Amino acid sequence: MPGPNSSVLKRILPQLVILGVVLLLNFIVFPDFFRIEFKNGRLFGSLIDVLNRGAPTALLCVGMTLVIATKGIDLSVGAVMAIAGATAASLVVEGHGWFTALLGALAVGGLCGLWNGVLVAVIRIQPIVATLVLMVAGRGIAQLITEGTILTFNNEGLVRLGAGTVAGIPTPIVIWVALGALATFVIRRTALGLLIEAIGVNETSSRLTGINSRVILICVYVMSGLCAALAGVIVAADIKGADANNAGLWLELDAILAVVIGGNSLLGGRFSIVASLLGALIIQSVNSVILLSGMPPEFNLVIKALLILAILVIQSPKIGHLVYMFRAASGGRNIASPTRPAASPLVPNKDK
Amino acid sequence: MPDQPTPMLQARGVTKYFPGTIALDDVDIDLFGGEVHALLGENGAGKSTLIKCLTGAYRRDEGTITLEGEPVSPASTAESLSLGIGTVYQEVNLLPNLTVAENLFLGRQPTRFGMLSRKKMVNLARKTLAEFGLDIDPAEPLTSYSVAVRQVVAIARAAEMSGKVLILDEPTASLDREEVQLLFSVIRKLRDRGLAIIFITHFLDQVFEISDRATVLRNGQNVGMRRLAEVTQKDIVTLMLGRQLEERIHVRSGGTAGELLVSADTLSKRGMIEPFSLDIHKSEVVGLAGLLGSGRTETANLLFGAVQSDHGDVKVKGKKIRLSNPRDAISHGFALCPEDRKTEGIVGELSVRDNIILALQARQGWSRPLSRSKINEIAEHYVEALDIRLASLDMPIRLLSGGNQQKALLARWLATDPDFLILDEPTRGIDVGAHSEIISLIEDLRDKGMALLVASSEMEELVAYSTRVIVLKDREQACELTGDDITTANIVHAITDETLERPSNART
Ligand SMILES: Nc1ncnc2c1ncn2[C@@H]1O[C@H](COP(=O)(O)OP(=O)(O)OP(=O)(O)O)[C@@H](O)[C@H]1O
Ligand SMILES: [Mg+2]
Repeated sequence: MPGPNSSVLKRILPQLVILGVVLLLNFIVFPDFFRIEFKNGRLFGSLIDVLNRGAPTALLCVGMTLVIATKGIDLSVGAVMAIAGATAASLVVEGHGWFTALLGALAVGGLCGLWNGVLVAVIRIQPIVATLVLMVAGRGIAQLITEGTILTFNNEGLVRLGAGTVAGIPTPIVIWVALGALATFVIRRTALGLLIEAIGVNETSSRLTGINSRVILICVYVMSGLCAALAGVIVAADIKGADANNAGLWLELDAILAVVIGGNSLLGGRFSIVASLLGALIIQSVNSVILLSGMPPEFNLVIKALLILAILVIQSPKIGHLVYMFRAASGGRNIASPTRPAASPLVPNKDK
Repeated sequence: MPDQPTPMLQARGVTKYFPGTIALDDVDIDLFGGEVHALLGENGAGKSTLIKCLTGAYRRDEGTITLEGEPVSPASTAESLSLGIGTVYQEVNLLPNLTVAENLFLGRQPTRFGMLSRKKMVNLARKTLAEFGLDIDPAEPLTSYSVAVRQVVAIARAAEMSGKVLILDEPTASLDREEVQLLFSVIRKLRDRGLAIIFITHFLDQVFEISDRATVLRNGQNVGMRRLAEVTQKDIVTLMLGRQLEERIHVRSGGTAGELLVSADTLSKRGMIEPFSLDIHKSEVVGLAGLLGSGRTETANLLFGAVQSDHGDVKVKGKKIRLSNPRDAISHGFALCPEDRKTEGIVGELSVRDNIILALQARQGWSRPLSRSKINEIAEHYVEALDIRLASLDMPIRLLSGGNQQKALLARWLATDPDFLILDEPTRGIDVGAHSEIISLIEDLRDKGMALLVASSEMEELVAYSTRVIVLKDREQACELTGDDITTANIVHAITDETLERPSNART
């Protein structure tokens, strides 16, 4: 159920702060970071780039948030992106319009989601294994569609989905913001959010309470497939070609990371799509820092890993607790060591 | 005995704050070796919190603990275990996917069991459990056994491992008389070995039977310690509630059954329950009695579609219905409050509010959300009607005390306004005051025309509200008692009498 605005703000505050800090880092290494220009009917600037380049991860993490809220995971989204991109490309190459291509890609993505959903909800395979199947097989399927080549195209409508603008704003930004808003709206204005959370926390109880967990689980995986398809189309449109091997490669991990940075538990339950989207932006901003600072590219992944690790450590309540205990304990020892017996409580007793 | 000079375990000024509540306020308690010490109080009084603070499961905010005169401060349950304090928590924490034997010996000194073959471990487990009167296969995973069996396994595990103090939080909540007696004989043995035993329960008879002294908590405060030889049950209840409990003697009022609502015809599931037939009318309460594992829970689950039957069918008002999952049952106005509230009832991380409206919302479907005002209205109504003690409706339900969780689950199903309500151990973990209120509630619902099927191991309770009582034995209906035949003595007789003839058809 939607909380009052103050509680929503409280929920996403950590992500906002982290995003602010990472953006500030960007600003430090590149003082022009916040400059936005309007040229040739389009907004330009590093900030716009972050929002634009972050689109695939942002789209993926909308579906991933829902899947994770049900205590699942979808490893196949990267591969589904490749399949969807290949489908769209082959449709336009065959002479269909961009809209048909988009619908075709979405249909294929939905089908992939349905497959995952059935494996998880009906056949009861653990999500990580169930979606691994498509993760592995998916790129092969995409290659079959592109017939092993990078399928290039020049359909203007399709290209516009990746490189065009709407009212001066790059289309991918418009798409992910719109999708995020729509998903949040639908989920919080219906009881879907509550039912998804219930399934994630305790599926047995939920089933005994009369929740149709099977259908809801399938829907969630289908949603994830659709999001992946949209992301795949955007990526293909952006490079005007479908690359079965590289489109969306490792992006499932970024999407999962975005959800985790968004403070959503991998154990399911309470979730926030907005927080996940902020997580996606944080990841993209980290990428941007590395790029703008001009560090040698071989450091990129290591630095990214370290930054992300730092973010996760700072967020972890356990660590916060440990730091607190450590400080209290060492403080206590310093004061008490000469007089108090060894059995003096290490546990601080005054945290009212 | 109680007048030993140094207590085995002593706590002074234990205080614990939770957001919005003081769960423990400056509580003192003394335990002596060789005594059974009852810890009493209403639902939410702070009993479980106190023992969690003593064993390090929670960090206490203030207070000191000494064990045999030495100050100790266990920071975790493992640490308290190594100090010789064994605990069985209210919500049993075992690993359901491991076998019974593994659960029993998990985390023990490898030198003792590391070299032991699997077979020896299973044999040892069998011997240990036999002491508790449990004759099960320890090589089976724990999941294949009921809550009650798990409870016994947890107790056996804790008893085996504790050298000084044994803490039992509502160990008898899902046990039958005989298991209780077996447990008591083990408790007596351990007490005579010099252990200090804390015993939490809501059954005052049991308190007086086994305990030497009792400490009573009310709203997180220690309101007194009594030697049980010197007081009556009434004194204790008054101390617990802070007022006199109105004498509400439950005169048997079976009610008169209305028209036929639900009938099951030779419903069965292989390995779980033999074919049974059962008619349930409006305005009647059908009680299900029987020992542990006699098939009470299985009967309830089958009628609710929680378990698929492999034979027989169910009719509602004479029409055959599909019953392949709980949703089918719910769509016909069925409701089931399950026995195992932790794994089958509560949705722990969600708020009390969400938990209460969950069944209603699930029935309405995802596209028709209850309005926020409606949700609050329902939740607030039941919190008041059932006297659920909580700091806020927004707190996760797992933080409620055990008895209050039980009430919240009852609220969840009452909110759906069912025609046919199945209750599996509805008063499990409910305190004395609330207990008689729930009995009255069942009677009220019945008189308003609801059909109820209540499985319970508490016979007095069944006698109080049942229109008919069906006694189950060995997963089969053994006999049916009606009218004036419904007495505790007759139920006991039916359960234990080997020679009792089984009616070929249990229908009336
Ligand atoms: N982790 C927690 N966070 C917040 N409140 C809590 C937490 N644990 C317990 N409480 C609150 O503390 C109070 C005491 O709870 P406790 O479980 O100790 O009661 P109890 O005496 O064991 O009751 P019962 O007989 O129902 O088991 C309750 O009001 C409960 O809601
Ligand atoms: Mg308790």
